[in-house]
Amino acid sequence: MDVTVTPEDVLSQASAPNSERAKARRETIRVLIRRPAFFIGVVIMVGWIVTAILGQRITPYDPFNDFDTGQLPPSLTHLMGTDRLGRDVLSRVMVGSRDVLIIAPLAALLGVVAGTLLGLVMGYYHGVVDDVISRVVEAFLALPVILVALLTLVVLGTSPIVVISVVGILFTPIVARTVRSAVLSERQLDYVTAAKLRGESGPFILSREIFPNVVGPTVVELTVRFGYAIFTVATLSFLGVGIQPPSPDWGLTVSQEYNNMISGVWWPTLFPALAIASMVIAVNLIADSLQSVMSE
Amino acid sequence: MGRYIGRRLLLSLVTLWLLATIVFIIANVLPNDIGRTILGPFAPQESVDALNEKLGTNRPILVQYVDSMFGIVTLDFGDSYITSQPVLPQLVDAIGRSSKLAGLALLITIPLAIVAGLFAARRRDRPADRAIVLLGVTSSSIPEFVTGTILVVVVGVHFHLLPVLATPPPGADVPTQIRYLLMPATAMAIVYFGYIARMTRAGTIDVLQSDYARTATMKGLTTSQMMRHHVLRNALIPTVAVIAVQIGYLFGGIIAVEKIFNYNGMGQTMLFAAQRKDIPMLTAGAIVIGIVYMLATLGADLIIAWMNPRIRLDAER
Repeated sequence: MDVTVTPEDVLSQASAPNSERAKARRETIRVLIRRPAFFIGVVIMVGWIVTAILGQRITPYDPFNDFDTGQLPPSLTHLMGTDRLGRDVLSRVMVGSRDVLIIAPLAALLGVVAGTLLGLVMGYYHGVVDDVISRVVEAFLALPVILVALLTLVVLGTSPIVVISVVGILFTPIVARTVRSAVLSERQLDYVTAAKLRGESGPFILSREIFPNVVGPTVVELTVRFGYAIFTVATLSFLGVGIQPPSPDWGLTVSQEYNNMISGVWWPTLFPALAIASMVIAVNLIADSLQSVMSE
Repeated sequence: MGRYIGRRLLLSLVTLWLLATIVFIIANVLPNDIGRTILGPFAPQESVDALNEKLGTNRPILVQYVDSMFGIVTLDFGDSYITSQPVLPQLVDAIGRSSKLAGLALLITIPLAIVAGLFAARRRDRPADRAIVLLGVTSSSIPEFVTGTILVVVVGVHFHLLPVLATPPPGADVPTQIRYLLMPATAMAIVYFGYIARMTRAGTIDVLQSDYARTATMKGLTTSQMMRHHVLRNALIPTVAVIAVQIGYLFGGIIAVEKIFNYNGMGQTMLFAAQRKDIPMLTAGAIVIGIVYMLATLGADLIIAWMNPRIRLDAER
């Protein structure tokens, strides 16, 4: 028996569910925007992205080359005071997200892409492949992330690429586990059986049939990982092995200034710390809203 | 139960071996010349060769691997590159001090988080629940060092309520020690509060929706009777699991907290080792914390198997 399918047939069949899908996506976005948590998260995030991009064009002082008297307390001329070298804290906080906003998303992306590929393979092929990789994943999960990142950065020397790779690789197993369990429940469904009976190859079924159905959890995982990546990169910078001077990075600034906190000079430390807090909270509000909307 | 424990132990050993292998690869295979890494790019080649000879890092990688695996079996994690003393005794002392801090953090966070989670689950989707969920998301997303600095500024410097350094004067009694550890422990407790509370809430909501919970309500039990006799035991299973997982993370986060509060525990030891490129100390730290994590998850699995017969019977089949 020979079944011929003309391209037009395929197109007309495909366009109906596609518009359905687009409608569902619009609906999801509408529900999301109406969630206050999501809205607040997006506003804070957009705020930091805008200040990072505009940078010196909107900061009250030059964040790098303008040295006033050191450790001036907050006042009308310096709203957040000056740091130990007399640079304006507000201006440095405004541009302090630049490096982390490049490094953290790339690390999260690396972890999610690698983890999704691994998870798809583990979930679909099951059996021995899955057992072996699962053991390795298990071992990775037992590793203390910050400590292993510290070790790796000591051994390889720190640079943005190394930080991105280390954080991304340490996130990979966690993502793989999530995607694997999503694939496990998909592979028992009829559409996968149908594709197998049609004689499709494994890679085809994985990429064209199963993957579109696990995009939801993957997107959620990406936002969640982005939050953890900021968390981890900030902590590594604070420990001195992440983003390096002379960057105005928040975590790095806290590590350079926290010693003066005890003697009462709290402003160069507190404001970058609050900035980190606001950014991780924003990302997690977004991730959490996505997660609950997707699961509804 | 015996067979279940045996199987679980065997799997843990395999995981431990893999973990040690990963750490070995990071520490010994990734850098192509350890002597060069330690001495820096400007050291003369003779010094680098001499150091590699002394550290044994010029031997074939496979020999080093077998050597290091044997070392772990015999609890010999090698000698420090800096002091030439075995790393393990120093590490164990430091972990002992860190355990005080971590223990206090868990002691603060576990009861609070479980109560908050149960409270939220019973008021699902009402304002109190929303508030607790939001608090959980926020608290678990802020790095420990950020919470730590905010606490130091507000509680320590502004209000002078607690000491800003964690190390108590020598010979201090237990209440004084707790007073000194309270602020760093709180900084850590805040991060774990969110995870544990959310897990407890989710687990409880699951159980409350089950048929047997409905039956219990319909046969006229009061809410508190039902919670105590029917709900808690099953609802807390995910909580036990997440607490065990968090114990591993606890020792990662502790590094930053010990730095802020200048507490001489495992975190400071690791940072000191990192600054001096004392690789054996760092690898030993990573492996020992890995073992702590695995013991914690093993303990959790046993508790869970005891709490839920279905899990242990399933595993025995």
